[in-house]
Amino acid sequence: MHLVDLTLKREITKVEGSATLDVEVKKGKVTRCQFGISEYKRFYTQAMRGKAAKALPSLLARICGTCSNAHLTCSIEACEDALGIVPSEQSVLMKHLTMYGLNIRDHALHLYLFALPDMFGKDAFFDFDENDPAQHQILHDAFAIKAAGNYLSIIIAGRSVHGMNPMVGGFMKVPTEAETEEAINKLESVRPAVLRTVKLFEESDFSFDRQTSFMALVAKPFSYLNGHIISDAGDFIREKDYRDHLEHVIIPYSHASGYKHKGKSYMVGALARINLAKDTLHPKTKETLKQTLELFPSTNIYHNNLAQAVEILHCLDQAVDILQNTKFTKEPLVEPTKKEGTGIGVIEAPRGTLYHKVTINTAGNVVEGDIIVPTGQNQINIEQDMARLIETMLPENPTKDSLQLELEKLIRAYDPCMSCASHFLKLKVKGATLAV
Amino acid sequence: MDLGFFFSRRVKFDILTVMKQTGIEHAPTLKPTGKKLRIGWFSFSCCEDSTIMFTELLNDHWQEWKPLLDVRHARVLQTKNTLDEMDVAFIEGALAAQEHVDTVKQIRELATVVVAIGACAVIGMPSAQHNIFDPARQEEIQPLLKKFNYLPKALKLSEAITVDVNVPGCPMNEAKFLETLNGALKQFNIVA
Repeated sequence: MHLVDLTLKREITKVEGSATLDVEVKKGKVTRCQFGISEYKRFYTQAMRGKAAKALPSLLARICGTCSNAHLTCSIEACEDALGIVPSEQSVLMKHLTMYGLNIRDHALHLYLFALPDMFGKDAFFDFDENDPAQHQILHDAFAIKAAGNYLSIIIAGRSVHGMNPMVGGFMKVPTEAETEEAINKLESVRPAVLRTVKLFEESDFSFDRQTSFMALVAKPFSYLNGHIISDAGDFIREKDYRDHLEHVIIPYSHASGYKHKGKSYMVGALARINLAKDTLHPKTKETLKQTLELFPSTNIYHNNLAQAVEILHCLDQAVDILQNTKFTKEPLVEPTKKEGTGIGVIEAPRGTLYHKVTINTAGNVVEGDIIVPTGQNQINIEQDMARLIETMLPENPTKDSLQLELEKLIRAYDPCMSCASHFLKLKVKGATLAV
Repeated sequence: MDLGFFFSRRVKFDILTVMKQTGIEHAPTLKPTGKKLRIGWFSFSCCEDSTIMFTELLNDHWQEWKPLLDVRHARVLQTKNTLDEMDVAFIEGALAAQEHVDTVKQIRELATVVVAIGACAVIGMPSAQHNIFDPARQEEIQPLLKKFNYLPKALKLSEAITVDVNVPGCPMNEAKFLETLNGALKQFNIVA
């Protein structure tokens, strides 16, 4: 075997936020392999302290642009839990719809703009050729699906980024009948495009087998908001007990924290959800994707892309169902039943399980808060997989560019979000652990 | 002497006038000239909400923009990025570290027009929120500021370089962005 010496330090592209690859190979052995999250922190853990709890969700939405409505929803759940607020049935439906709009839009962004160019040997989505019938279809499908998800987000949350309608206790605005009708039409019209998306990723021959534990919030029916935290290793964790089960890991060169469960790394996200809960998807989704779903449970990390495509269809079918069967009426915000307390919000954000915890005092201000984001939970797996991939490639004497491409493809399959991950770092300083 | 400096300053003053004169509503009636607008899209310390808004604007505008834009640099969209001369650099985020300041200065040299995108670039907030922390919180974050070489205070873009156009908002105001882009398309003779 040719004993390769190689160093590679590059910025990772087509992902959310800033991260670097840092790889060193000496005499054919990987001596350094780091997935460094290089996004600078903005100190939300400190900034939230002393804020009015009512204003907290919209502040924490600013942790991340693409996941903003997930942070918004999770923070609202935590505040409502702390203040003894039981949201109305309509508010719960609108929270579900917020998550459906978010997942349709965000998954489509990842699948088309980030992941798909790799499958076609292209650098950027705009390199697709509009004069080629197949590529023409892909270009149109991408923006049509994204637009439908965006529109759903706008009529429910007010905006697809930093939605203004969801509040602690309810929604400030409800969609009109005309808006609801238009959303149904837009969603139904892109269903064939979503099926084509599923097919594209189902036919992909990208493969990276990874034995790991999968963890997600699981409910029946499939939900991004309810349930218990389940793993395929047989774990069953109640939302309120989450902190006892996630072990924080310091990664010295990264601006983000890693997590393990029972001493082992694990994976969260669409692949974990579909592996654990495919039987609970919307009946129409299950019927349409009967064959596709037979591929799950899967340990092929690239099937995270396929799982996202499946989820787009589920979100679409579920959203149409709710929109067709709900007459939205303006409701007052539900008042708190407690003046102070600690609350927990756990939801499935597009990239995996998101945890928000908040303590509120009698003045209605935040005393402290704690947030664990999906990418932090996947970070250790990502790095371990990178090292294994490099070792697999070394006998082929790869160029730096080909190594970078293969590593980036794998990292993109995890769909990491560095804007989220960088904001909840714990740092070891002279023997003490500091949460910042 | 670098004549490009005078040229770039002259163009920058012109674009503001053109934007006032043309406005968003006039742009669609213009025809492509066959040239492309060389742009860069750069993100620093922020949540990249305006990047997401840009990708949402693509839903309605991608067919119009695809033949008009030469994307020289945009980490979120492509791997092969070139940091060279640009007509317009769109910069989002506050500047948290010296490496950010050095990079935006380089971008300023290369770009004829610099547009600050979103609240963090325009006013620094909320990314610069640690600037106004009380002393206890300031002390708490010091180890991290040191470890990762943060600037003592995060900066808005105009504190580091000259900014020609501000597109405020959290996320950016879409109408103002469209007005800016359409103004640039006209100014650089991409449409006429």
